[in-house]
Amino acid sequence: MARKILLENIHIPGIKEYEVYRKNGGYSGVEKALKTMTPDQIVEEVKTSGIRGRGGAGFPMGLKWSFIDKKSGKPRHLVVNADESEPGTFKDRFLMEHIPHLLIEGAIISSFALEAHLSYIYIRGEYMWVFKILEKAIKEAYANGWLGKNILGTGYDLDLYVHCGAGAYICGEETALIESLEGKRGNPRIKPPFPAVSGLWAEPTVVNNVESISAVSWIVNNGGAEYASIGVGKSTGTKLISASGHIKNPGVYEIELGLTVDEFMNSDEYLGGMIDDRPLKAFIPGGSSVPILPAQYIFKTANGEDRLMTYESLADGGFTTGSSLGSGGFIVYNDSACVVRNTWNFSRFYHHESCGQCSPCREGTGWMEKILHRIETGYGREEDIELLWSIQGKIEGNTICPLGDAAAWPVAAAIRHFREEFEYHVRFPEKVKNIKHFVDEPMEKVRHLLTKTVQQ
Amino acid sequence: MKVTIDEHTIEVEPGTTVLQAARMIGGDCVPPTMCYYSKLEDCGGKCRCCLVEISKGSERDPRPMPKLQPSCVTAVQDGMEVKSATSPRALEARQAVTEFLLINHPLDCPVCDQAGECDLQNLAYGNKNFKTRYIEQKRTYEPEDIGPYIQLHMNRCVLCYRCVKLADQLTPERVHGVIGRGDHAQISTYISKAIDNNFSGNMIDVCPVGALTDKTFRFESRVWFNKPFNAHRDCPHCSGKVTLWMFGDHVQRVTARKDEYHEVEEFICNECRFDHKKAEDWVIEGPRKFEKDSVLNVNNYTRQLKKVKIDTDDLVLEGRKQDQKKISMSEFPFDQAEMEAIKKANEE
Repeated sequence: MARKILLENIHIPGIKEYEVYRKNGGYSGVEKALKTMTPDQIVEEVKTSGIRGRGGAGFPMGLKWSFIDKKSGKPRHLVVNADESEPGTFKDRFLMEHIPHLLIEGAIISSFALEAHLSYIYIRGEYMWVFKILEKAIKEAYANGWLGKNILGTGYDLDLYVHCGAGAYICGEETALIESLEGKRGNPRIKPPFPAVSGLWAEPTVVNNVESISAVSWIVNNGGAEYASIGVGKSTGTKLISASGHIKNPGVYEIELGLTVDEFMNSDEYLGGMIDDRPLKAFIPGGSSVPILPAQYIFKTANGEDRLMTYESLADGGFTTGSSLGSGGFIVYNDSACVVRNTWNFSRFYHHESCGQCSPCREGTGWMEKILHRIETGYGREEDIELLWSIQGKIEGNTICPLGDAAAWPVAAAIRHFREEFEYHVRFPEKVKNIKHFVDEPMEKVRHLLTKTVQQ
Repeated sequence: MKVTIDEHTIEVEPGTTVLQAARMIGGDCVPPTMCYYSKLEDCGGKCRCCLVEISKGSERDPRPMPKLQPSCVTAVQDGMEVKSATSPRALEARQAVTEFLLINHPLDCPVCDQAGECDLQNLAYGNKNFKTRYIEQKRTYEPEDIGPYIQLHMNRCVLCYRCVKLADQLTPERVHGVIGRGDHAQISTYISKAIDNNFSGNMIDVCPVGALTDKTFRFESRVWFNKPFNAHRDCPHCSGKVTLWMFGDHVQRVTARKDEYHEVEEFICNECRFDHKKAEDWVIEGPRKFEKDSVLNVNNYTRQLKKVKIDTDDLVLEGRKQDQKKISMSEFPFDQAEMEAIKKANEE
């Protein structure tokens, strides 16, 4: 059995409740941190742990904390990013729903480390029931003296609020989140200045993912070195993976980073293999915005090494033959899935969620969606494939925030690895007008049609 | 601080943006802008028209920046080297942005009041050989009445946010904004006919396209048929310095004075803009100058022209000076008529 950090106590009935959580060692991290450690010591521990931001970008968390501007003397804030909206990712919801006090405990310690006295959890609008769970948990924490004035008699004050967004993917981007938290329209800000210098109300702010913050109490209790001993290289600790798609056991799993993709996918402890006897076609390791990978690059990298569940190994090969760990939204497809339809679905999402602030993303996402929709429904043209390739290349890197990149990458990867499917859609429109086209006739069976058309 | 843009080096104050530095240099290296407005704070970074390549970050950190940077919000570092018009990457990205801006922009320039002074027109024109690759239907919006003076054509909007920033910074209360998101985001008052602030008319001037136009000038005249004059009046609300757009003796439109980047020099009030359409209300200073390549110059007599006199015939008759000397039959002097002709020629 692999080690569990976040989901260690998840099997205990009633862990959602304060009493049960406390009885099982909950809030001991706060006691240790506030009574025996200085803020700088905690930051050092987190740095030693090597934990990287679990929201998707994988930026080292300790480093991020050390950037916060303490010299200016302005009030500082911690904002927990619970605006988990990436298609395929549902790990934070699981964590907050089943063990909410873990997040609150982490938020208290992190706020103390950052010397923040006012912190927020920003949760997406669609998670209304989780919002209520967190509100209840925060109330319990206040009632038991973990929040408020003079916590544990140490003289440290902290107010923690949970704020509900209105349901926008873009508000998961840290500066858009801050804008939304300030009560404005959730448009990403132009960086610099970075939130560590000028964030919430122009005051130094750190924005961290729920999963990252939830790991802090364990790091404080057990030491950063202990955390760093798990994992491979710069990918330390454990990671929650939310698995979905054509697999036997979908759900949220905590894995030690460094597990092979093969083991994760096929062992009974985790996903248990494919859902039925149809073969594996593709997978997305980190939520909808990371590149999709075809079967030949899933278990092995292009160099023939084992593909591991780490930041580095999944990114091995760059965008040509690699992908990214992202936020851990693990989506598996068998050969009945249509990559074009899947890409269209993602594009539709990004089109809907683009904030509309900068031109390439506002116009480009809509354009890509329309083209993909045409191709998928049998109205595509041969030149549309090149057009899509060109549009994605012109969005990528030219936008204010990473949403533009997130919209461009899946399209690029789909064309890069599954161009034949696009060609099939364009050349055999009558076949793809049947919505179950690949369920009835997978690509394997129709591939010969494409080679025929090339010969003509 | 020293910054080099397209091989031109210039010394600037710290805090200057790359775009401002480029404008100081002038010429080809000035990137086009749709959303940036130097007179408004925090306005820019959105349209991505002004992307430049930064080939050297600074003297201290000479690494090039991997991504193209929006020059309007990128501050100059000491020793920075920027490629603007000399960077194929930046030019391609700008071209792409133009294409993106145009896919949903209606091509109704023939009936658009902004035509001739439209930044998007100029941007698209600068693209050269533009063919659309967009075959889908363009996005459209329901018409909306936002107030008595300003006509909103949401279909033409490029969401530059200039009018929003202007209302934030120039008027006490902003009553319009952006609602919705993505390519269905729109400028709206939500409550119709809500815009009535006395400085709201400046929204028309800052709008780079024909999304916000002057209702009192609507379909009155094409802008290039007007003669623009600088004029002023004694106004209790604003500086009163305006440009009058005249047709004969009629004032058809009043706008603020715009510089070469089409940015207003001094904002004016609605009273000056909409309520004083008689020439006698104004003190006319003289013709307004525009940059050379603007269509607005077509009908604009800003230069004083000398009358051209063609005097080839006279010169032929007079002959050259050396021919006026008698070289043959020198013992016979000129007669009276000849002497007079020579005298006249010498005098001139």
